[in-house]
Amino acid sequence: MVSTKKDPVLAVLSLSGGNDGLNTVIPLNNGLYRDYRPTLAVPEDQIIPINDELGFHPTMAPLKKFWDAGQLAIFVGIGYPTPSYSHFRSMDIWHTCEPEKIGTEGWLGRATKQLDPTSENVLTAVNFGRGLPRALVMDGVPVASVGNLETYGLLTGIDGESQRNEALDVFGRMYSPAIGTGPVMDYIHATGTDALKGADILSTAPDKYTSNVEYSSTSIGQYMKNIAQTHLAEFGTRVLYTTSPYNGFDSHANQAQANAGLWTDVSRSVDDFMTDLREHDASDNVTLLLFTEFGRRINDNGSGTDHGAAGIAFAVGEHVKGGIYGNYPSLELSQQEEGGNLKFNLDFRSLYSSILEDWFHLEPEPIVGGNFERIKFFG
Amino acid sequence: MADQDIALVAHLLRRAGFGASRDEIEAKAAQGYDNVVQDLLNPEAQPAVENDLLMRYFPAYYEAAAIETNVQSWVFKMINSPRQLPEKMALFWHMIFCAGHSKIDSGQEMGRMVAMFREHGMGNFRDLLYNLSTNAAMMYYLDNTESHKANLNENYGRELLELFSIGVGMDEGFNYSEDDVKACARAFTGWNVATPYPPFPHGRSPWNFRFDPADHDETDKTFLGETGNWNGDDIIDIVCKQPGTARFISRHLYNYFVADEPQVPAWRLTPPRDRAAIETMEKAYFDSGYQVNAMLEALFTSDFFKDESVRYAKVKNPAEMVVGLLRMVGEHKGEIKPGLFELSQEPKYMGMDLMNPPTVEGWHTGREWIDSGTLVERINFASDILGNTELPGVRSLVDRLMASGDTLSPQQFVDGCLDLTGPLVVTDDTKKQLVAHASKEGELKHGSDSEQSEFTRRTGEMFQMIAATAEFQFG
Repeated sequence: MVSTKKDPVLAVLSLSGGNDGLNTVIPLNNGLYRDYRPTLAVPEDQIIPINDELGFHPTMAPLKKFWDAGQLAIFVGIGYPTPSYSHFRSMDIWHTCEPEKIGTEGWLGRATKQLDPTSENVLTAVNFGRGLPRALVMDGVPVASVGNLETYGLLTGIDGESQRNEALDVFGRMYSPAIGTGPVMDYIHATGTDALKGADILSTAPDKYTSNVEYSSTSIGQYMKNIAQTHLAEFGTRVLYTTSPYNGFDSHANQAQANAGLWTDVSRSVDDFMTDLREHDASDNVTLLLFTEFGRRINDNGSGTDHGAAGIAFAVGEHVKGGIYGNYPSLELSQQEEGGNLKFNLDFRSLYSSILEDWFHLEPEPIVGGNFERIKFFG
Repeated sequence: MADQDIALVAHLLRRAGFGASRDEIEAKAAQGYDNVVQDLLNPEAQPAVENDLLMRYFPAYYEAAAIETNVQSWVFKMINSPRQLPEKMALFWHMIFCAGHSKIDSGQEMGRMVAMFREHGMGNFRDLLYNLSTNAAMMYYLDNTESHKANLNENYGRELLELFSIGVGMDEGFNYSEDDVKACARAFTGWNVATPYPPFPHGRSPWNFRFDPADHDETDKTFLGETGNWNGDDIIDIVCKQPGTARFISRHLYNYFVADEPQVPAWRLTPPRDRAAIETMEKAYFDSGYQVNAMLEALFTSDFFKDESVRYAKVKNPAEMVVGLLRMVGEHKGEIKPGLFELSQEPKYMGMDLMNPPTVEGWHTGREWIDSGTLVERINFASDILGNTELPGVRSLVDRLMASGDTLSPQQFVDGCLDLTGPLVVTDDTKKQLVAHASKEGELKHGSDSEQSEFTRRTGEMFQMIAATAEFQFG
């Protein structure tokens, strides 16, 4: 258990498309790596070593600072039994913790329900991006989904501030509780009132915010900035979620160039985010989680890599105990997952359980659907 | 033309299709309600959607593999097809016979499945079930590919009964037993998918159904009281005879076309909202030898469908919201222009990821379409479209409003705007707020240029307010 000065907050950046873990945290002096990656192996002298066995992709220098400070946990060989090679299914499994059947509730939706059982705060969980990821879905849990924080709100198409304010005023009155219109209409009125309340509060975040940090203009950079703005505005938000551009990490072709760009962006954005919070003295109670739905095939295909099994996840934060968690999967043929893939040895539900228990002080079992060994990475 | 005729035909076009522009509504109303119903029920008399137009702009859409492309093609058809009822029925069956891209992982197969619903969705229910049970993607989605003579997988057998035809029960009783599920699954052993060709170098090939007699259980099975060496098609024959099947399809049709019903799992214990309406459709099902179009004819010509109490008694699903607005203002109709891709993603933002339902149970409908995230998406999307007076379709509504009088009082103005955006019926409270809002700027004129631009601005704003009402969430 960790104690923070203010309520603990989890920020999540989902790396959509299946990030190639093998070229992210790279085995050093490994002949098999070079054999299996004739096109994509990163030259040994460009890898940024983090210990005797592993090193970062050259674009990840900003993350090395967090490693050196002991604030970066790296989860290697992470996945689940019987891997799914479908983006949608595998992402769903990570979202719902249901590898066997199709689940409808997300782990963070359930966690939000526990954090705020009566939905007192309509902003306990906020998603940045269009449409709600399954991770945040839970019946009766309101989650704001923000496409663009600068312009977020209702009736955003109305020109002129006074016209819009007047329209929102009418909206508020139209959605006030009505008598005798039936349960569905009552429900829509209540939902509209919640949405208006949430939008009203959220829309104040950009104005309250000043910072020396210049985030990258990419969607990852801007959404990480939105997460910082929302956190710094102190709305009581506990779960902040965003997803990198849809399937961007799906590097079947032209991976060397594409992933260099992506990891430059992700590394910078994580660094900017943590720096921003620290400069505002608001980093103590935030942990940032990065995950992806699966890793990629060990063997490259001449230009990229195809869908694989075990992958890599990261946690960054001042209460995170830096280190490597899980065993780096062997590239030996006999140790591989069927189909030339890395075999998992760390269940992602262990990672979730540790976050839920040690960070949020919640009981993980009902949320992740079982008892999974904890990873002691907070301290 | 009487206002009530327009309101009735608008109701029909919203339900039996994805709505229409005001001009179209009035033209159809002039033809008479019964003639419009007959046109809808006989879609072959209309030309098919101009798919060539889409293919000319996007040659790569032909047999496209990507899911987004297939969703976009479908949304294009919803907007553009002159055959609106088959398009609406394709969505109807997609919402019942659920298979999702999350497992199938082939946009092309999802597109082919929807095309099958489009082709057979108004025909004989027996043929439809047969087509479904020989659909390779469905066999894979529900694990019939894993069901073998020696090692049974009950998934398809169970869902065929529970979710695709008879339903768990009705009138508080049960419609089948666990033994029936097993017998059903055994009859479908060997209904499998032919081994696909490897995707390289020519890309993916379509999946094909294959019956494997060597893997089919040839022993006798007792299914719903009938014993024999049943194969899957025999099971379908027995299923189609069941009163439960007539009830199940009728309730689904009622929920989709007439008024929101409780969700499917509640149907065994919860009686239909309108039992007589359900019985009318059940009778049409049996009298016609399981013809879906006969059920639809019974529905659309009935008093229960025309009744004012069921108008706006359904929360619009996201596809109805998005496509209905585009058709109301004629955007992306008859032409290909940029923005269609983004529009085809809108239903997903509103909680309906087309071709990827959350589970085999499908989307929950009615009020469950609405949460604080999806409501914001719905309201902003609708108000952005309806409030954009530069769109020709919206402009023509403003012109109509101007033509209704030289001076409009706030009350007349609000009534006029509600009439042109539906005609939409709102509660007295809502109307009071809208009129109070309009009253702040007084009456409207359009004599001078400046009065005209004020008139236009205020109409656009009023349309945005109307699009934001709780009432506009219903269709």
